[in-house]
Amino acid sequence: MYAQMVKSEASTDDPELLAAFQARIDAGEKIEPKEWMPEAYRKTLIRQIGQHAHSEIVGQLPEGNWITRAPTLERKAILLAKVQDEAGHGLYLYCAAETLGVSRDDLTEQLLNGRMKYSSIFNYPTLTWADIGAVGWLVDGAAIMNQVPLQRTSFGPYSRAMIRICKEESFHQRQGYDLMRAMATGTAEQKAMAQDALNRFWYPALMMFGPSDKESIHSTQSMAWRIKINTNDELRQKFVDQTVPQAQYLGLTIPDENLVWNDEKGGWDFSEPDWSEFYEVLKGNGPCNTDRMEARQKAWRDGEWFREGLMAHARKSAARRVAAE
Amino acid sequence: MSSEWPLWEVFIRGQHGLNHRHVGSLHAPDAELAIRHARDVYTRRNEGVSIWVVPSAQITASSPSEKGPLFEPANDKVYRHPTFYDIPDEVGHM
Amino acid sequence: MAPSLSDVMTPDAAALAAASKGEGRAPLAAGSAEHDLFTGLTRLGDTTLILGHRVSEWCGHAPILEEDIALANMALDLIGQTQLWLGLAGEVEGRGRDADALAFRRDAWDFHNLLLVERPNGDFGVTLMRQFLFDAYHLPLLKALEGSTDARIAAIAQKAGKEVAYHLERSADLVIRLGDGTEESHRRMQGALDALWGYAGEMFLGDAVDERLAAAGIMPTPESLRAEWDRTIDTVLGEATLVRPASDFAHKGGKQGRHSEHMGHLLTTMQWLQRAYPDAKW
Repeated sequence: MYAQMVKSEASTDDPELLAAFQARIDAGEKIEPKEWMPEAYRKTLIRQIGQHAHSEIVGQLPEGNWITRAPTLERKAILLAKVQDEAGHGLYLYCAAETLGVSRDDLTEQLLNGRMKYSSIFNYPTLTWADIGAVGWLVDGAAIMNQVPLQRTSFGPYSRAMIRICKEESFHQRQGYDLMRAMATGTAEQKAMAQDALNRFWYPALMMFGPSDKESIHSTQSMAWRIKINTNDELRQKFVDQTVPQAQYLGLTIPDENLVWNDEKGGWDFSEPDWSEFYEVLKGNGPCNTDRMEARQKAWRDGEWFREGLMAHARKSAARRVAAE
Repeated sequence: MSSEWPLWEVFIRGQHGLNHRHVGSLHAPDAELAIRHARDVYTRRNEGVSIWVVPSAQITASSPSEKGPLFEPANDKVYRHPTFYDIPDEVGHM
Repeated sequence: MAPSLSDVMTPDAAALAAASKGEGRAPLAAGSAEHDLFTGLTRLGDTTLILGHRVSEWCGHAPILEEDIALANMALDLIGQTQLWLGLAGEVEGRGRDADALAFRRDAWDFHNLLLVERPNGDFGVTLMRQFLFDAYHLPLLKALEGSTDARIAAIAQKAGKEVAYHLERSADLVIRLGDGTEESHRRMQGALDALWGYAGEMFLGDAVDERLAAAGIMPTPESLRAEWDRTIDTVLGEATLVRPASDFAHKGGKQGRHSEHMGHLLTTMQWLQRAYPDAKW
């Protein structure tokens, strides 16, 4: 997902407070920023929301890659509006993280120096226009799987950010599918592009949910805190079940020979992605890790004079106002 | 000196006649820019007719540990609610 | 011989001509009223198209999130205006070209945008200064167009005018703040102003097409927009503590289709898919 393999912290707080806190979560209460919370809950959330926010920001890049090459004015406007939404979603999430006592600049620094991660999916390149469709359809589709349940997460600001994000994202997946449909019903070359995009994005999309976490202690803790609602495997299965008929409708083939309907479980059996590739991407060895980080570092570095210039002006005019009074 | 822009809380009136509602926050060097950023960030889908911004640092919040004393005393003041009173049907709507 | 041939063909030819919406008809005659109007409309639409394209290049790379989002809003406004101006241009031309055909299937010499808007983005200061110099002209232009004798033009100008009033408020304010910010921001804004100044004058240089359009009450003469622009520029630069360059030299040619080298590269990127796959629908 946008927040993959988030490690939870072990709690060292007073057991009585911990029990009362857990009881509130179990009762479905929302935890608000100024209320008592275990230090571990706070730290885990900062990591998770921060990673989620970073993913939105880095996620602007692969799609932004095609804004200047969009083939019609309408497609250009749609794509631009969509990538702009990603920036907005990053902003909402950073603000949610900030209520936990970390600054956005702090989080940004940690992204840029590699101490914090973003989703593996954004280290894959967008090579053809069909990839823009595939990203909307598959990547946003996978993200929505996770974000919809997170609207019910226990931390109030995170939950509210997810509600806003889900409301805005509902058009993202649809525009991706609409684009894919134009390609899949187009010329032979367009069809080939659509199939090629599906071939390249299928397994990276499955990886977005992270490796199986049935045995993970981090997952168990996060689920108890309701900052994770479903297991990775549950969401992955749901995603495959939803996506297979959509691909069939487009006349595209999912690149998996083992894909077969399983009557017993009422879902599709499918091949696992290559997890060694996933770990390499997380380590920085994906096709685009270096380019993505360089782009973000450059934007931040080149923007410093702008941010400082505006701050300096605000200070000056505040001082002038005081002097005039 | 940190040059991070301060944080602002954003309140938007969605339609004429409604209250301003808290919609989120953002960073801006001063109030004027905070309003503009709020327009760009929080009304992309035609969500507002009026914007308020307040420096987050200026918000004074009630303390969560005071929740009991602050809010529970209102629990048993049932007579403040109109449904507390029985009005005979013959009297009609009141 | 087949004397009945022309009789058989006549209805088909009429149907074909109707179905092709004017495709294949001779181009508009230079100097005709339709040609003038078409040229005037492409000057408007090409300018918003190219500037919108340039601004959209920032998406994902701006100095801070709030600014990234604001820039995208502006680019979206400009692309929307392009659809309207070029859509109307295609209609006026009556040769079956829509806004997309005009945007993606013409070569540089057929584009009539101002040279200013095809300038590369440079640093963020150059982008902002370019925007400000243009907005300060764009707003009075649209206000004048609201009074056009062509109701279609007046309607588009009215819609676009609201968007551009905000663009100008934003760009003027940022120029003031950055001009009067830090030493570095001041230096960069002055540098941007100096570098772009030679491209501002073209906005106010009319030609025969402009004159005929103005005489028909369709569009204002470029010269008539200068005084308000000068006032805005002087007020804002004054507050920004920036110095207005003394030179009144103006690069020209964009409105007549003679562009800088940058234009070809921009179009190469923008038009690539439509050119590489001409039969495709997107």
